[in-house]
Amino acid sequence: MANNTTHTIEYTTLAKILLVLLFMTFLTIGITSYHLGSLTVTVALLIAGFKAFMVLTNFMHLKYESVLLRILVALVFVLFAVIVIITFIDYAFR
Amino acid sequence: MSEKIAHIEEHRDDEASKFGMWLFIFTELLLFGGLFLVYSIFRAQYPVSFHEGSLELSVTIGAINTVVLLFSSMTVAMALTAMQKNNQKLAMILIGITLFCAAVFMFNKYIEWGAKFHHGLYPGSELMHLLDRGHHLYFSLYFFMTGLHALHIIIGMTLLFVCLFKVKNASINNKDYVLLENGALYWHLVDLIWIFLFPLMYLIT
Repeated sequence: MANNTTHTIEYTTLAKILLVLLFMTFLTIGITSYHLGSLTVTVALLIAGFKAFMVLTNFMHLKYESVLLRILVALVFVLFAVIVIITFIDYAFR
Repeated sequence: MSEKIAHIEEHRDDEASKFGMWLFIFTELLLFGGLFLVYSIFRAQYPVSFHEGSLELSVTIGAINTVVLLFSSMTVAMALTAMQKNNQKLAMILIGITLFCAAVFMFNKYIEWGAKFHHGLYPGSELMHLLDRGHHLYFSLYFFMTGLHALHIIIGMTLLFVCLFKVKNASINNKDYVLLENGALYWHLVDLIWIFLFPLMYLIT
């Protein structure tokens, strides 16, 4: 019986988000063609992270969702980050 | 007096429906997350091999696939907007475009994998076994991760096809569109995974 009160995102807004995402994509390709050494991965991942953030908040509606859901999504990414860090620490001390 | 059969209002909880989909998405994120973890450990151990491996991939096709998926994410989000505005025809067209984009992606994948197979490079092949550890790991991860991702594209396409038919027969409408919302969420997840897969597989310097 709960009505669907999902916020409606306008077509033009969605199109603008796509343009940002496409720009970020070509930025990544451009940057990775330069040899920045070990920094390249970091930059590429940061841009990818930003693209993911745009998709999550806009296309996937998180910007308009409940606080609970947003916290849970953030927690999942934090959990993943912790797992990665701990694994790398483990390998570093073998 | 005609007997009136009490019409029991079907209990619907759209918020819970969406929540359930998100919980499933969390499991998918951790599934691919685990694979990304394996990838990152081995890339850190074999940086040169991974770079050399990535040279065998076509950045052009990878970029086209990225653009196609990002575009399809927009179209499926627009389809939801169309449904909310009660524009059934536009919603169907937009879902159709999303499905077409998915097909383009799968076709490109077929070309890429086909090229690898043609050169004798596939999981378990003799050539694979001749590769040194670093290269072997790279290509094993390439096939597994892009393969699993492609499987998710197929699942997403199936979900969206179901949504398309339901929009057509109005069981998804502007009063009840949570199924389309959830289908779109799954599609965005597929896009999200590719956003990380592309730079990590194709753009290694």
